[in-house]
Amino acid sequence: MAIKSLEDLRKIKAQANQDTEARHNNETQIIIGMGTCGIAAGARNVMTAVLEELQKRNLHNVAVLQTGCIGMCQKEPLLDVVRPGEDRVTYGPVTPTDVPRIIAEHLVNGNVVEDLVVAKISNKA
Amino acid sequence: MALVRAHVLICTGTGCTASGAKNVLARFEDELKAKSLDKEVSLVETGCHGFCEGGPLVIIYPEGTFYTRVQPEDVAEIVETHLLKGRIVERLLYKVPLSEEEVPTYEEIPFYKKQHRLVLKNCGHINPDSLEEYIGADGYEGLAKVLLEMTPQQVVEEMKKTGLRGRGGGGFPTGMKWMFCAASPGPKKYVICNADEGDPGAFMDRSLLEGDPHAILEGMAICGYAIGADEGYIYCRAEYPLAIRRLKGAIAQAEEAGLLGENILGTGFNFTLHIKEGAGAFVCGEETALMASIEGKRGMPRPRPPFPAVKGLWEKPSNINNVETFANIPYIFRVGAEKYAELGTEKSKGTKVFALTGKINNTGLAEVPMGITMREIIFEIGGGIIDNKKFKAVQIGGPSGGCLPDSLLDTAIDYDSLIAAGAMMGSGGLVVMDETTCMVDVAKFFLNFTQAESCGKCTPCREGTKRMLEMLTAITEGRGEKGDIEKLEKLAVSIRAGALCALGQTAPNPILSTLRYFRDEYEAHIFDKKCPAGVCTALLDYTITDGCKGCGLCKKVCPVDAISGELKGLHNIDQSKCIKCGACQEKCPFKAIVRA
Repeated sequence: MAIKSLEDLRKIKAQANQDTEARHNNETQIIIGMGTCGIAAGARNVMTAVLEELQKRNLHNVAVLQTGCIGMCQKEPLLDVVRPGEDRVTYGPVTPTDVPRIIAEHLVNGNVVEDLVVAKISNKA
Repeated sequence: MALVRAHVLICTGTGCTASGAKNVLARFEDELKAKSLDKEVSLVETGCHGFCEGGPLVIIYPEGTFYTRVQPEDVAEIVETHLLKGRIVERLLYKVPLSEEEVPTYEEIPFYKKQHRLVLKNCGHINPDSLEEYIGADGYEGLAKVLLEMTPQQVVEEMKKTGLRGRGGGGFPTGMKWMFCAASPGPKKYVICNADEGDPGAFMDRSLLEGDPHAILEGMAICGYAIGADEGYIYCRAEYPLAIRRLKGAIAQAEEAGLLGENILGTGFNFTLHIKEGAGAFVCGEETALMASIEGKRGMPRPRPPFPAVKGLWEKPSNINNVETFANIPYIFRVGAEKYAELGTEKSKGTKVFALTGKINNTGLAEVPMGITMREIIFEIGGGIIDNKKFKAVQIGGPSGGCLPDSLLDTAIDYDSLIAAGAMMGSGGLVVMDETTCMVDVAKFFLNFTQAESCGKCTPCREGTKRMLEMLTAITEGRGEKGDIEKLEKLAVSIRAGALCALGQTAPNPILSTLRYFRDEYEAHIFDKKCPAGVCTALLDYTITDGCKGCGLCKKVCPVDAISGELKGLHNIDQSKCIKCGACQEKCPFKAIVRA
């Protein structure tokens, strides 16, 4: 890798920022329920599917977070999508095969996948 | 490959390594693999965060959770609870002393709140072994801007506008220094980085070299372009093995990327860097001694002029700056001189990194804007004195600096106010002392250091520091006489005027400043034969009071058989035999032995 010009430098900078993006605060989030109930219901596979899908689509500035049990264990695995300025949407039960659809429809296009929705939490609360 | 969703940043600076960070790192590697998380969680080694008190430090992103004092046995819980299940391990969070309130993230900790991190911006936040991460944090943008858009003259002019003053101690305006060297004729010039950090208790340069080595290289390359040099040396003490390893790695990466070496960024500018490992002599931090040492000669200073800007390394014009000075430069050329000069006071611009040590709760590195008060640094950032003892003095500027009492805590810190108060900025070491510190003993400690480190070339320093140390030793051993204080003062003033280099010229400062603010302690030692702080053993007496029950434990424990007495009778200490070790006092179950 030789840097011959300002453009080369900027290219490396952009790549480096992408590689370290998990360290910057990201407003768009996918939150997966990883309590004992969630893990028992298969949340780990959902998490892996999310990471693979984000990588496949080359989506950046999305923070993948986990949360504990929220008391709705029968609906696990639960997956929340948070987009800046919009309601937080909880989906469940989510299987790995649902993940590409949620990411494509909701995260990218902004349309809530209604048939999988468990709850919506207003961001004004 | 799956997306990396979390970064675990582990500080492996010297401080955290000393408290066991390497074992923590190894455990993280094992645990992540065991839980099959090693593909989606990346482990990053970073340099020093400055909060060494809380080490080993671990930060986990995207949450930005800040874990302190992480031990290898905590790692399994962090991986299981935090990385797998997404819950914060609360017991490892930083807790505010007294209130016990838990603080989850970095920025909210009082230690960092008052800081303004320009120079230390990357330390602890990037992987110092990665050129890409440095570039990602705006690295080498300053160099690119300078090489592509500015002439060397413009660079020097810009430096003059910043008002930046040398961070190594003297506080000479950096822009002026560059101007003198740029104006010196000759095809061959050198840039030298003084990384011979030798003040006891100072570690800001080490942390910079370990945590952000590329910033120093970039600063030196910019300087090389400005003064017309194509070669540079980093003089780093061999006691900093990690710093040297990181520097070597950084130089190799920069050369491979074409950011050092020939025809940098296609502009025709050449700049190569070498590392010279110093053997740890304090005097080699003096610029002329340092250059002699690079040349392979004995590290001794020579009279100036000629200054290095005219005749420096191998008699060629050379510009020598401190590590922290160079670390300011990439930022300056990224944002411009005007923005930089907004920070700080009228005559001292920018920020200064201080190393907090001594009897203070939060030891570590603090970068603050010039003009902040000592009280803010010690009590707000430093968290006050250990065990809530009373503050007595702060020693600033290393062996060349002075001790300031509590009446000066509200002085705004800059180069000039510190000199007016009898201290100096120095490299920025702050040693905090509480009421149990004896100021004569402190002066003796620093004199002991400068006397041992004196190179012996000039008489005032070689003989003078030895005589001053003898007098201080006599005073602390109860052999002080009337007139000693005046003799010390006279000697101090002549050494300051007569010594060849800054080591000798500033060696009397610890004595002069303690005499100025704590003269009563000297008098108590000399006239009353007492050490008010109870430190100087020769001036202490252990006596047995009426509380003695005659158990005989003290008699048994005394190593020199100085205690006599019958069982169940009052015991007595023979003062002529007593060596004041204090063993009897520790052993006495009735607290009947007093020290005075």
